Amino acid sequence: MIPALGAQYLGAQLPGVDLVPATFNYAALSPILVVLGVATVGVLVEAFVPLRSRYAAQVGLTLAGLVAAFLLLVLLAVNHQTATAGLKVLGGAVLGSVIIDGPALFLQGTILVFAILGVLTMAERLGGVGADAFTPMGSATPGSGQEALALRAGSMTSEVFPLTLFAVAGMMLFPSAGDLLTMFISLEVLSLPLYLLTGLARRRRLISQEASLKYFLLGAFSSAFFLFGTALLYGYSGSVYLPDIAAAIPQGGSELNGLLVPGVFLVAVGLLFKVGAVPFHSWIPDVYQGAPTPVTGFMAAATKLAAFGAILRVVYVGIESARWQWSPAIAVVAILTMVVGAVLSVTQTDVKRLLAYSSIAHAGFILVGVLAFDRTGVSGVMFYLVSYGLTTIAAFAIVGLVRADGAEATHLSQWAGLGRRHPWTAGTFAFLLLAFAGIPLTSGFTAKFAVFEPALRSGATGTIMVVVGLLASAVTVFVYVRIIVLMYFTDSQNDAVAVVTPSVMTTIAITFGAAMTLVLGVWPTELLQLSASASQFLR
Amino acid sequence: MNQFPWLTLMGLVPLVGAIVVWVLPAGLAPRAKQIALGFSLVTLALTVAAALTFSPHSTAQFQLVEQHQWIPQFGVSYALGVDGIALALILMATILTPICLLAAWHDLPGEEGTSREKNYFALMLVLETFMVGVFAATDVFLFYVFFEAMLIPVYFLIGQYGGQRRQAAAVKFLVFSLAGGLIMLAAVIGLYTQGPGGVDGFLVQKLTGLHLSESTGRLLFLGFFIAFAVKAPMFPVHTWLPDAATEAKPATAVLLVGVLDKVGTYGMIRFCLQLFPEASKWATPVVIVLAVISVLYGALLAIGQTDIMRLISYTSISHFGFIVLGIFAMTTTGGAGATLYMVNHGFTTAALFLFAAMLVNRRGSKRIEDFGGWQRVTPLLAGSFLVAGLSGLALPGLGAFIAEFLTLVGTFQRYQVAAVIATIGIILAALYILLMFKKMMTGPKPDLAKGTPDLGAREKWVVVPLIALFLVLGFYPKPVMDIINPAIRTTLGYVGVTDPASVVTVADPAQPTTGVTK
Repeated sequence: MIPALGAQYLGAQLPGVDLVPATFNYAALSPILVVLGVATVGVLVEAFVPLRSRYAAQVGLTLAGLVAAFLLLVLLAVNHQTATAGLKVLGGAVLGSVIIDGPALFLQGTILVFAILGVLTMAERLGGVGADAFTPMGSATPGSGQEALALRAGSMTSEVFPLTLFAVAGMMLFPSAGDLLTMFISLEVLSLPLYLLTGLARRRRLISQEASLKYFLLGAFSSAFFLFGTALLYGYSGSVYLPDIAAAIPQGGSELNGLLVPGVFLVAVGLLFKVGAVPFHSWIPDVYQGAPTPVTGFMAAATKLAAFGAILRVVYVGIESARWQWSPAIAVVAILTMVVGAVLSVTQTDVKRLLAYSSIAHAGFILVGVLAFDRTGVSGVMFYLVSYGLTTIAAFAIVGLVRADGAEATHLSQWAGLGRRHPWTAGTFAFLLLAFAGIPLTSGFTAKFAVFEPALRSGATGTIMVVVGLLASAVTVFVYVRIIVLMYFTDSQNDAVAVVTPSVMTTIAITFGAAMTLVLGVWPTELLQLSASASQFLR
Repeated sequence: MNQFPWLTLMGLVPLVGAIVVWVLPAGLAPRAKQIALGFSLVTLALTVAAALTFSPHSTAQFQLVEQHQWIPQFGVSYALGVDGIALALILMATILTPICLLAAWHDLPGEEGTSREKNYFALMLVLETFMVGVFAATDVFLFYVFFEAMLIPVYFLIGQYGGQRRQAAAVKFLVFSLAGGLIMLAAVIGLYTQGPGGVDGFLVQKLTGLHLSESTGRLLFLGFFIAFAVKAPMFPVHTWLPDAATEAKPATAVLLVGVLDKVGTYGMIRFCLQLFPEASKWATPVVIVLAVISVLYGALLAIGQTDIMRLISYTSISHFGFIVLGIFAMTTTGGAGATLYMVNHGFTTAALFLFAAMLVNRRGSKRIEDFGGWQRVTPLLAGSFLVAGLSGLALPGLGAFIAEFLTLVGTFQRYQVAAVIATIGIILAALYILLMFKKMMTGPKPDLAKGTPDLGAREKWVVVPLIALFLVLGFYPKPVMDIINPAIRTTLGYVGVTDPASVVTVADPAQPTTGVTK
């Protein structure tokens, strides 16, 4: 996966075809390797550990692996600012298939935190044998006797934990990929487990499987676009390395010059699909609704972060100098994303779909920051991703706890009067909604400021995007406020809907997410400092 | 630079009070309101003590200054400080809060000691924190944070504790305010990018006197002004106010109309005039016209109302018209009058809303026609209501008279036509107040069940301070004027206008009657 590029190649003109022993900076790669290793062990656990102790083994192993990877990463980050793997320097440009620089470290660390929180919510059992959100047997036909049998036998799909780890490894690789092929491979590594996870919901399985299929088909399409774009860019610059592409742009004028813009756009399609930007957003509502709720939360937070990390790298390392040719189109995408996400969220009646459309709108806000084209923009985007992800995981975890007859009560009408019956849950959810709306003293406000300020500074296009963004925020406020109205100002006799008492794990995830939403709103200095100092791409 | 943190304490005490009330164990829950009242009185005492250390002769724009870095990456400081205008408004807010708490004593009948009642009083205390903060902030970003954050407690106060149509009213209030606020956010960020930047780039002092290009300055001015106009509220963005004020509990309505809406007019002085002098002058003709429309439109609609609370809300729209008129006249007299008007209007509105609520509680209806002859039933309450009404129509001897007179004189110095037209508002005010009084209080004794009580002891504690304040501000406004006047002069100094030399110059045909003359 990682091309062998040794010290011998420093100064060479072209990557040689003769094989040379590779030298890796294994330390820099160790967090990813740990995650992959633990995932593999998880597969073995699935095969050899008896059913009754499998759940405990898987959850323990997964969490231990993620925590270990995170600690390694912290160690790595403290020791030196940037580390690289498969690196060479060619004519002043840094080439490498995996580049562990400031943004990569920052984003990888965040992904690990999201993953820990995500696994905590996925592991919620609510008194059952296996994780409550997942079907006992993924391969059984929904509603069939086989499924009932599996349930009675006490089987469970504990393979979701290694699957999650594989996705996490892909996500960690995605924003640190220094060439488009590695980026493509990590895109697939992160996507395939997610397709599977989406289809494994315990309840409303048909919707879940439909969502999984939709996600897979559209995801495959977008991957194809990405690959085709990579091919065109290779044709243009003679390399898949982002710095090579960057170096080729100012020379221009070759007969293949026309390949640049189509290549950029096709690569952009692949990446914008993953973040759910309009017009590549159509999968988001279905998948967010169909997937098991904890998976939705994890996916919404971590996939978005990884994909935006990759976008940042492609833009800032690869194609920035040609920005006059492509950024107006992406600005239009950003504006559309904000407007469509905000306006369509108004009509939603399902909490998960509503949060899905809100996530589309948020993707638009983040794109505004990407298009600021300076370091504060990068830092703002990274800050936004962290704060949005933490809020989102907590919000979806709460959605998973509001139940009617054992199943999740996701229809908005079912949330009426929740504030009076469950003040803590409703209060936390209302607070998270205010953060989504960007009310001051929540992380949502700080984050919006962090992306809008550099955008406004960047010029006229930025100003237009910020104004549209603020108008879209006003629309989304209406949406979130409607839920608060339902929870607090509407009396309901519907006692069938109740909040189930979660285990310590889910409680930790929700508390952490909500607490960070407050902390990043009131005292964001430390994280802003960190994201600012980690905002320099190695190129 | 940092002295004793008076302002932080004034904000912190009610916040601590709110938390104490909120977490009160079930055994102590029936004492929630007493505890809340206690905290609000401590806040008032602190405010008075702070006001005594305030010197009207200081040369610095702000006193009681506190400044710490908050988010250096954004250039945001935790910077507090007050000038005379802000101090007067904070005093008004901290006086009104205990009065409102006292008036809200039995707002939730049958729910004494429930967590719902605790939350009600806790939310009011949270609101007090934000009210102090919003007037004390001398950092534009911090001001914005308070400006937006204070919407949330009000939203819950209206939406959870209001009347029949509270949901719609609460949402309308929030959407109007947030839409205005988000426009302002664009201007706030834009202003920062125009300023010197740095770790304290959001301080008002650093953003005063920037050399903005004409179009930038005007756009930024509009961003701020629209938000403040919604808040104030001015015609044509006033429609949320009658709904919100009618549906909210009276105590909430007082804090909303009496204090929160002042943030709009205060913001016009502190931010619109001080930061964008050129754009303010540019916008003046339109603003003056809108203000005059507000004066007359609010008054005319007030006359036509059948609901007491709606009537009072519309009188406020009319009064806010006067305030804006005084501010944008850009004369020291007009500015001082407008500021005094803000303070007086706070007390007048409080009296009108709270006394009306006492009547409504006794009668069980908000409709004016359901009353009649009530001065024979509850003479004390009727008399108090009359005094509040007279303050509303600015009777000489009451505080509102001086304020309205100064505002009109200050306006007349520069905009004679506007002042003359606005004066009609005074006549209309007499109409709506006296007609209401006539319909409700005079006439034959109504056929009511026996035993409708007159003012009780608790209610007297609500009524007496308010009427005392009318009289003090009416006969001896000097202490307030002394702290307001230097602040107005400083602000107008930033705008770069001086008062017209004499009204006599109007006789000179070469002198334009509209537009800034100097």
